[in-house]
Amino acid sequence: MLEVKNLQKSYEKDKPALTDISFNIKPGTFVAIIGPSGAGKTTILRSLNQLIKDDDGQIILDGKDIRTANKEQLRKFRRQIGMVFQNYNLVERLTVIENVLHGRLGYKSTLAGVFGKYTQEEKEEAMSLLKKVGLENFALKRCSELSGGQKQRVGIARSLIQHPKVILCDEPIASLDPASAQNVMELLKRLTDEYNLICIANLHQINMAKKYADQIIGIRKGHLVFDEDADLLSEDILRTLYDQDITKELE
Amino acid sequence: MQSPTNFLKHKGWHQTAIIAIIGGIYVFASWILSFDNLAGFTAIPRAFAWLGVNFKPTSSSMEFLPKIWQKLIQTVLLAISSTVVASAISIFIALLGSKVTGINGTVQTIVRGIASFFRNIPLVAWSMILLFSFKQSDFTGFLALLLLSIGYLIRAFMEIIEDEASETMLALKATGASYFQVIFQAVLPQILPSILSWILYTIENNVRDATLVGILTGTGIGFIFDVYFKSFRYDAAGMTVLAIIIVVIALETISNQIRRVIL
Ligand SMILES: Nc1ncnc2c1ncn2[C@@H]1O[C@H](COP(=O)(O)OP(=O)(O)OP(=O)(O)O)[C@@H](O)[C@H]1O
Ligand SMILES: [Mg+2]
Repeated sequence: MLEVKNLQKSYEKDKPALTDISFNIKPGTFVAIIGPSGAGKTTILRSLNQLIKDDDGQIILDGKDIRTANKEQLRKFRRQIGMVFQNYNLVERLTVIENVLHGRLGYKSTLAGVFGKYTQEEKEEAMSLLKKVGLENFALKRCSELSGGQKQRVGIARSLIQHPKVILCDEPIASLDPASAQNVMELLKRLTDEYNLICIANLHQINMAKKYADQIIGIRKGHLVFDEDADLLSEDILRTLYDQDITKELE
Repeated sequence: MQSPTNFLKHKGWHQTAIIAIIGGIYVFASWILSFDNLAGFTAIPRAFAWLGVNFKPTSSSMEFLPKIWQKLIQTVLLAISSTVVASAISIFIALLGSKVTGINGTVQTIVRGIASFFRNIPLVAWSMILLFSFKQSDFTGFLALLLLSIGYLIRAFMEIIEDEASETMLALKATGASYFQVIFQAVLPQILPSILSWILYTIENNVRDATLVGILTGTGIGFIFDVYFKSFRYDAAGMTVLAIIIVVIALETISNQIRRVIL
């Protein structure tokens, strides 16, 4: 269970990027965060694993608050939270399997990690995860030789090998063609069910959010304006969410 | 607020003004230095003709070849060793000073300061300064090249780290990897090709510079060039220059090959 309570963040004084954001997510739920550009979606996602230090609130994962964790505890939190990026963020020069194994670093001693010493089980698991994402024949290829959709699946395998409770995806399909995008969304959905994950994806495509998400969170100007089952997302709500009308904003 | 057309008009104006100012400075400078433009340009072919006649290696300059060859190898080794040591030091310092891997703002400012200090003292000045402490020796030349290279490489490496490693760095940080794990597993592998490319370039550059440094420190190929030149053995001096050119071109060709393989 992930509980976010009254999360606040401002990058500059008196210009809040997030105001009083609260929501709960149960395991096995695929959540889409939608909202216009600059609404604060990335800020929420990066606060959840504290890549961004927020200002106030609580982020409770299975009863423990990640915001009050010290350095060592934060490391333990982070290894339970996978992250998937719009630009994949792989080490392009290394092979696919090396990139997948990077997901184990959080569990290793500094020295073993520095020298990239992985156990036999870890290597076998990496292979089986590659099979799961449909890349078993690419294990020894360099990542720079893969297509965007394939790179994203490597990124997903890298997060799965962390044995995560949560996977955060910041616009995972924004750089992909429609077919690869469907493919990645289907994979994320399937993995969410199979591993009972909390999967949170920032999306710009409303139709994808409706099609794949169980729960939708709508953000507008740093405020949470919608948090319901995906089926309840109406045209009306979409209009308020993406409305550009200035007179309304002044209220 | 400026309208776009207004902005473009202004921009056109600025460019004209800048070109006029540069032209003005040139005219003014020629007048101060009483530099005769036309005579300056006509002198160039004559200078080459003089070089061609006097510096042409003859059959008798062949006897100098073994000596030249030996000094040339010494010089190339000096360039390579100074570059390698400079690179090792620079990577370390660049990691401490870059925006993405650095410790904090103060350290970043200090590192930038140090790099710019080493870079902005000319090579000749470094050699002169070091000559006082270390006398005429290979070590003086080594240090002069080392310090200047460090100045350039720190700056280049920091930019490479900031451009190429910030995204993967973020991804590994998010998995819970520790600082050193991120450096060794993401940052270093990611930047390796660009770093190697810069190291090769610095080696080529340092071979050329080592010649100049050699004249000052009395070592290597620069030293024998100086000796031949001052003893009016222009043909041998010409032979030395020719040998340097061949080696520099050869090095460039080799490093281009290496680049093609690693990039
Ligand atoms: N590093 C930063 N420094 C200052 N302001 C920032 C920074 N990052 C984001 N912001 C501001 O915070 C607000 C929310 O940004 P955020 O990146 O979270 O939006 P987003 O919903 O992810 O937008 P997009 O859909 O374009 O990715 C924006 O107004 C943005 O300008
Ligand atoms: Mg964003």
